[in-house]
Amino acid sequence: MRIDATGLHLALGARPVLAGIDLALAPGELVGLIGPNGAGKTTLLRVLAALQEPDAGTVRYDGLPARQLGRDRLARGLAVLMQGDEVQWPLRADHLVALGRLPHRRALGGMSAADHDAVTRALEAADAVHLRRRTVGTLSAGERMRVLFARALAVEAPILFADEPVAALDPFHQLQIMELLQARAQAGAGVLVVLHDLALAGRFCDRLVLLQGGTVLAEGPPHEVLTDDHLRRAYAVEVQRGERDGIGYVLPWSRIAMPER
Amino acid sequence: MTAGADTSAPSYALLVAGLALVALACLAGSAATGYAPLDLPAATGDLLAGRQSLPALVLLELRLPRALLGLLVGFSLGLGGAATQGLLRNPLAEPGVIGVSAAAALGAVLVFYTGLAGSFALALPLGGIAGAVLATLLLLTLARRGAGTMTVILAGVAISSAAGALTALALNLSPNPYAALEIVFWLMGSLADRSLEHVWLVLPPMALGWTLILAGARALDALTLGEDTAASLGFDLGRLRLQLIAGTALAVGSAVAVTGAIGFVGLVVPHLLRPLVGHRPGRLLLVSGLGGAVLLLLADIGLRLVRVQPELKLGVITAVIGAPFLFSLIWRLRRSA
Repeated sequence: MRIDATGLHLALGARPVLAGIDLALAPGELVGLIGPNGAGKTTLLRVLAALQEPDAGTVRYDGLPARQLGRDRLARGLAVLMQGDEVQWPLRADHLVALGRLPHRRALGGMSAADHDAVTRALEAADAVHLRRRTVGTLSAGERMRVLFARALAVEAPILFADEPVAALDPFHQLQIMELLQARAQAGAGVLVVLHDLALAGRFCDRLVLLQGGTVLAEGPPHEVLTDDHLRRAYAVEVQRGERDGIGYVLPWSRIAMPER
Repeated sequence: MTAGADTSAPSYALLVAGLALVALACLAGSAATGYAPLDLPAATGDLLAGRQSLPALVLLELRLPRALLGLLVGFSLGLGGAATQGLLRNPLAEPGVIGVSAAAALGAVLVFYTGLAGSFALALPLGGIAGAVLATLLLLTLARRGAGTMTVILAGVAISSAAGALTALALNLSPNPYAALEIVFWLMGSLADRSLEHVWLVLPPMALGWTLILAGARALDALTLGEDTAASLGFDLGRLRLQLIAGTALAVGSAVAVTGAIGFVGLVVPHLLRPLVGHRPGRLLLVSGLGGAVLLLLADIGLRLVRVQPELKLGVITAVIGAPFLFSLIWRLRRSA
């Protein structure tokens, strides 16, 4: 499934959050959505996932608007891992992952053998099989994120969205989650991930979309997006650069005076 | 390797079957309990054979309505409690939070106050149901159009306070002390002196309410992960809110309308049973209904066995059991925070 969004506008109260955004996501690519706080990243993700209606503009899934595609097909086609996904009740990890199968289940009846297999595959892919009998409250932040990630994987949707999945994790688990996202894209899914870490964004993503003030400031391969000029304008920072195995990376180094907006 | 296999599935079926059997046993126990001796097998035999014997009449007119209402009201309160806690994602929520109990009580009190209660037998429960329906319509109006969970809670609290204030006003202005006393006693909640007519009156709205609530089981499971994730799994949260609020209002509003206010069942039962279903809110629904029926029937049997006069009110018993439980719950939540 591919997503094509055009001319997205959205205001929350009097504040315009999205001010004319076009964005496409194709199967097999890992797209990083970056930008300063309040740039509209999470709102854009919610609009693209049909969790929020835009004031203007359209989002199409394989050419169809969400209304025409239908709630059920959309739920099977697009999995979303929300930022800081809360877990209200202390569920066991495998029960939590099994929630990802809800879009596939018939109105009545329990989990099918296929559903159980999908849960197992998701736990394996997220390196969380050994956690399956643990309750969520007993997991560390890294383990918990992997279980939540497995929940999103269990949908086995051709599109995967993740909103800041590495924000609360240590470097080891940050790399682990990024590798999982990359593997998902290489397996043919279209993956859109919101990131604050520019080094991870530059290293893992096939394409970056840099948002600022509700518009796309830059879009393209990481080396075209993470330029000094763009980063100054979007984040008001100077960066240090390095390179390893032909892959460039940036490290935020110093603040500069906020540019006039 | 069956890593994802749901090994707790058989135990869930066992749990439901076990609770259902216990509920039926309590139903029989309630029918067997009373102030006058009754040969239950003989009475049942007479009743089934259509013989108009005295034991058959006692069973049909006194024991059976009380036992059946205990079952229906307990089921409604337990189920409504589990639904409210699941929807609001809060272990301290109960059906009273959405204001329906207080409004149903007000409806019945107004029937008392206006003297309609004496005119025909079902005036009281009909008044209660009218109160519950009006409160639900008000709640749904306030909580419509994309309003979140917080709006639902605030609207419920507002409806509760308003209904409480008007109930107090009715008591304040009541024409004579006996009327006030009658209202106060009714508000304490009881299953005594109800007839089969009461059962037939509340059964349809309750059954509709139960259906609405039980149909929301999966959406409640999904809601464990938050509203956005639940929506991304294909559930329409606006519809779910309407469905569960309407279901709870129908079930619990009807319950309050025939029995008066019986608190704490909807709070305590889901909380006790939650660990047995792995904390899954969808599975908690049915078992909480059965557990509520068991608890209420046991309490009603108990208050007849202790033979205190005047008879202890059922709502008083459940509150006396429930209040310390609430303290212990808060104590545990405080420690785990």
